[in-house]
Amino acid sequence: MGYLFTIDIKGMINVRYRSVFDIIGPVMIGPSSSHTAGAVRIGKLCRRLFGKKPDEVTLHFYESFAQTYRGHATDVAVIAGLLDLETDDERIPNAFLLAQEQNMRISIVPETAPSQHPNTVMVDMVKGKDRMRVTGISVGGGMVRIVEVDGFHLRLTGEGPTLLVFNEDKPGAIANVTEVIAKAGINISHMEVSRRDKGRTALMRIETDQAVDDSIVRFLEERNFVLRVAKVKL
Amino acid sequence: MMFSSIKELVEMAQKKNLSIGEMMLQKETENMEVSEQEVIDRMLAQWQVMKRAAHKGLEGLTSHSGMTGGDAKRLHDYLQKADILTDRTFLSALTYAVATNETNAAMGVICATPTAGACGVLPGVLMALQEKMNLSDLEIVSGLLCAGAIGFVIANNAFISGASGGCQAEIGSASAMAAAAVVQLKGGTPHQAAHAMAMALKNMLGLSCDPLAGLVEVPCVKRNAAGASNALTAAEMALAGIESYVPWDEVIDAMRRIGVFMPASLRETAMGGLADTPTGRKWKELLWQSANES
Repeated sequence: MGYLFTIDIKGMINVRYRSVFDIIGPVMIGPSSSHTAGAVRIGKLCRRLFGKKPDEVTLHFYESFAQTYRGHATDVAVIAGLLDLETDDERIPNAFLLAQEQNMRISIVPETAPSQHPNTVMVDMVKGKDRMRVTGISVGGGMVRIVEVDGFHLRLTGEGPTLLVFNEDKPGAIANVTEVIAKAGINISHMEVSRRDKGRTALMRIETDQAVDDSIVRFLEERNFVLRVAKVKL
Repeated sequence: MMFSSIKELVEMAQKKNLSIGEMMLQKETENMEVSEQEVIDRMLAQWQVMKRAAHKGLEGLTSHSGMTGGDAKRLHDYLQKADILTDRTFLSALTYAVATNETNAAMGVICATPTAGACGVLPGVLMALQEKMNLSDLEIVSGLLCAGAIGFVIANNAFISGASGGCQAEIGSASAMAAAAVVQLKGGTPHQAAHAMAMALKNMLGLSCDPLAGLVEVPCVKRNAAGASNALTAAEMALAGIESYVPWDEVIDAMRRIGVFMPASLRETAMGGLADTPTGRKWKELLWQSANES
């Protein structure tokens, strides 16, 4: 494969620790904040993005993740996240068993290709005809970021309420979506728009100050230009 | 706005006549839009997790690999019975640090401070200090906030994970955080706490992250003890009035630059250093093979 994701300047990833509890925390199951707790969080974000529990999962590990995932139980941790367990859930060590009980099929692929960040995992999820590919990085101390979803580049931390809207790339789409959100009395704190090809599919990442109600998500999904909406919060 | 350097943090605290911990509390409530009580309560809860993790480790745990475990109990027994060389506070700090990290290696519940690999350093030192000085949990919370403020600056200006910057970024940061917290709790000024931070971090510069088979066990568990003792060393020097010759933030930037130059083999990939010794290779073969078969 070519590249995994693009990074701001000269391969430096901008990490922003915002709270004292990013440093004194998280409370978690050991042994590694980046390789275990961070991996659980990436799994949870993948689950939120996909919107359902996948029946089939393939984990592609890169660099440090590829070399040490067995020792840190990174594979077990991502699966625990996909099963929606919290970072301090004592069932995490038994995630593979839980997955088996829930008929989730798992494949692990340690990759040799380089990536932009040493702790990178690419997650392929399948359920029936639906599939999704998500790339996540674990940047330290349990902080994570989703950097790619189905070929769209983005920066998603899951720290605040975030809406992802996949839509047809046509005029008025952004105005329409933001109007729905505004009418619900929700303030947008940050927004990012990206697309793979002009006039095809586009993605809006919308961070909000207030939580977005499920009824708004359903209302947005009924728009004819909207393909899918995912609500993402860790 | 949060502070972006140690200099800024210390100046802010001095101007308002606050400790670094109190300054952190104020900034956290402002920036995260929560009440002081909420921050304190949450930090108290983190402290309870830390104490539980240490006490669990004292029981004598063994990790899943079987590579580590039981050393906290050995230290604890030695502390109870034997004619110890140094003193009770020092040895207690080592004991709790090792105990916490053994709990981590055994996939128990811990609080990352700032990471899981270094989760024994700060609780180890603070638990020993609580016993020595009869500190209340509330006083410890102020120490944790001080440590958090230091870690916050290091994390945003350099890194705190071994995969990014080597062990200097993990145990080094934890040790620097603990050193500053000790100085504050012992009545030192923000200025002295910052010097303790800088001296502790300087002593850890260049430390590689090269654990056997990539497990957070060897040398991590014992290095948590080293981080705790180094924190006490730096704190004692700062309390004696010794200052870091290199300014605080320049030390953090030196750590960052060393981390950037550190080869990938020494950043948590199990490819170099201790991981690439005959013993390290043997463990890698043993564990990775058995993992593939299962």
